[in-house]
Amino acid sequence: MNVLIFLVPIALGLGVLGLGAFLWSIRTGQYNDLDGAAERILDEDADEKPLG
Amino acid sequence: MAGSCCGGDLGVDNAMCSTGVRDFTRVEELMRAGHREEDGTVRYVLSVPDIHCGACISAIERGLNGLEGIVSARVNLSLKRLTVILDSAERSPGFVIAKLDALGYPAAAVDLGDLGNVEQKRKSDRLLKSLAVAGFAAGNIMLLSVSVWSGATGATRDLFHLISGLIAIPVVAYSGQVFFSSALNALMARRLNMDVPISLAVILALGMSTYESLTGGAEAYFDAAVTLLFFLLIGRYLDQVMRDHARSAVLGLARMTARGGTVIGADGKAAYVPVDEIVPGMVMRVAPGERIPADGRIVKGASDLDRSLVTGESAPVSVSPNTDVEAGTLNLTGPIDISVTRKADESFIAEVMQMMEAAENGRGRYVRIADRAARIYAPAVHLLSLFAFVAWMIVTKGDWHASLYTAISVLIITCPCALGLAVPVVHVIGAARLFGQGILMKDGSALERLAEADFAIFDKTGTLTTGTPRIAASSISADDAPAARALALHSIHPASRAIAAFLSDADNADITDIHEVPGYGVEGMLDGRKIRLGRAEWAGQIADVKADEALARGGLSFASEGGEIAGFTLSETLRPGAAEAVGALSGQGMTIELLSGDSAASVKAIAGTLGIATVRAHATPASKIARIKGLQAEGHRVLMVGDGLNDAPALATGHVSMAPASASDIGRMAADFVFTRDTMMSVPFAREVALKAGRLVRQNFGLAILYNCIAVPLAVAGFVTPLIAALAMSGSSIVVVTNSMRLARGGRLLPGFKRKEKAGQSTEALA
Repeated sequence: MNVLIFLVPIALGLGVLGLGAFLWSIRTGQYNDLDGAAERILDEDADEKPLG
Repeated sequence: MAGSCCGGDLGVDNAMCSTGVRDFTRVEELMRAGHREEDGTVRYVLSVPDIHCGACISAIERGLNGLEGIVSARVNLSLKRLTVILDSAERSPGFVIAKLDALGYPAAAVDLGDLGNVEQKRKSDRLLKSLAVAGFAAGNIMLLSVSVWSGATGATRDLFHLISGLIAIPVVAYSGQVFFSSALNALMARRLNMDVPISLAVILALGMSTYESLTGGAEAYFDAAVTLLFFLLIGRYLDQVMRDHARSAVLGLARMTARGGTVIGADGKAAYVPVDEIVPGMVMRVAPGERIPADGRIVKGASDLDRSLVTGESAPVSVSPNTDVEAGTLNLTGPIDISVTRKADESFIAEVMQMMEAAENGRGRYVRIADRAARIYAPAVHLLSLFAFVAWMIVTKGDWHASLYTAISVLIITCPCALGLAVPVVHVIGAARLFGQGILMKDGSALERLAEADFAIFDKTGTLTTGTPRIAASSISADDAPAARALALHSIHPASRAIAAFLSDADNADITDIHEVPGYGVEGMLDGRKIRLGRAEWAGQIADVKADEALARGGLSFASEGGEIAGFTLSETLRPGAAEAVGALSGQGMTIELLSGDSAASVKAIAGTLGIATVRAHATPASKIARIKGLQAEGHRVLMVGDGLNDAPALATGHVSMAPASASDIGRMAADFVFTRDTMMSVPFAREVALKAGRLVRQNFGLAILYNCIAVPLAVAGFVTPLIAALAMSGSSIVVVTNSMRLARGGRLLPGFKRKEKAGQSTEALA
């Protein structure tokens, strides 16, 4: 069962990574304008960076 | 590209905005709403109701970005807002508005302080972060717990319990704060709410599990504690998001009452003064198309005023010097100077606001169904858990550990997981359903109250009718039609607009020297002859008819010098779907009454067309409240549908209320629902959704109770292990959510309710 010494931290680390990514996306306003984001993807020149 | 698919009704807007005074007011309002950033730039937020597609985004952003002084311009399509950052506070944002007008997107300032949304936003962000953290912990602890349940023993089990504890304790401390603080508040006020048993269960479970893990015990409830928080936070977050969404949508509708006005100083210079700095004695200039900011008396100029939002009268009133005017009325035809007689906060609007507050305090007694359930549930849960503890102490002759263990399992198993989701999920789906049909809901309790209503009271002007008159009949000849149309196009008087719409097929006529004579009509020259469109006796002066004959005719007339006189008959336009809506509501078993501030004749005419039996005319705000209170004293629950300033107190008094998007600001604020589509069918549709939502909420409660009936005896008997608790909790939550989803599916749309939203439907409100 020694493999757990690696596996448990890896599982937790991946979870923390996902959580961190989610918190980052909230903080940078990725969800501020969902309808707009869907339209902007069709426009080549559109600025994709959301307003913080 | 933008012009082809977007863009408002430019004709109307140009006419409305042509006056310099108006633009001046708009720019001044915007400047005050600007928010200074630390680096010296200024952030302005504009509400642009005509934004509705991807092309609008690129048209606006390309049009603005690159202009001198603009650091960045960004459109938010979901909120129909534009955020512009200018490089310095010295730069006037007027050019932004001018550019937007030129692009075909009229904009109005959004006062960020006004929205009060900064704190709300923080609240929902905080909930979302708590939810994310709880979700992360629930997933990981569940992973470890599954290993334990599937047979991990000895050192491995103890290690897993310890890791779970290390994750769970900080997570509960962070994510559980929402519940702990609410529970603490309730206890301080010597009340019990749903958060008390939740907090108790989570903390006790955590404490006991920590003890068990440290002493090498076999069972720990970390997963139950964290999963419980996760599920409950989902419910809380949905509830909060729905409220935020509804509020920003309602505020996103353009504002109507003047936020300030143009004051003429002693030196004759014009200056913008915000509404709370207007004092009696000031002379204000009000251009056609503007609303009067404060009560006053006309000192110069003559005009026609549209008082429909203030009193409910459908026909405009002509005014001349020495007439008293109320704040909130719309100036239609000529510029007027008014001497302010009362401060804005003492004006008619303020009186209405006071009545409204009084009425809302009365309504504050309504208790949401979830809270009513909590009042019974919370004490029951505590008693049950105490009972389990005492019973086990007796049976096991003082085995502390086993008794406490059972008591805590009872608390955990009865924890209102399903109850916490039963109401918000239904309400969120209901709100989404309504939003899809253009109906905005302020909060979930409105849906509950709408389902209870059994008596509907409608206002007439602006609610059952659109407020814009139309021409029912005319005796005008084909030769005169182009001239009459040209004159009508010159004015924004509702009657002129109706004539222009009626004669929209006529050719263009070359009229010179067109001018508006406030209170009478429009005059111009055609081929050297004078022509007039307006009051019959005034138009008749130049025509080939006797004066008394013209006077007897009354109404609106067109005349050319020495020529014929032709009349127009005005009638009110019914809101689309008004008759069907009245029929549908009666079909749902509601009694319907018409309550209007307008004259008896016009009220009866409309009631007759719609088949409404009971009518009351000449109603004042106070008499409307009195009528509603009377009905409520008889045990009725009143649904009030109205739009005007004069309806606002009644909207707040009614058990539940609805207003069209064209309503006055105060009316919209007072109403529980705002419908943005023209059709009146919104009312029965909303009620149908409310009835269905009510049924689903009751079913959900039934399911939750059923679950408890099975789970509680098991818990009291001591058969519940952490595995059973986790299964039971998740199972009941999933059943409740799945049942709620049925609201989104199926259910027929009411007939005539498939009309697409029209572009630029709120341009008029904006201008």
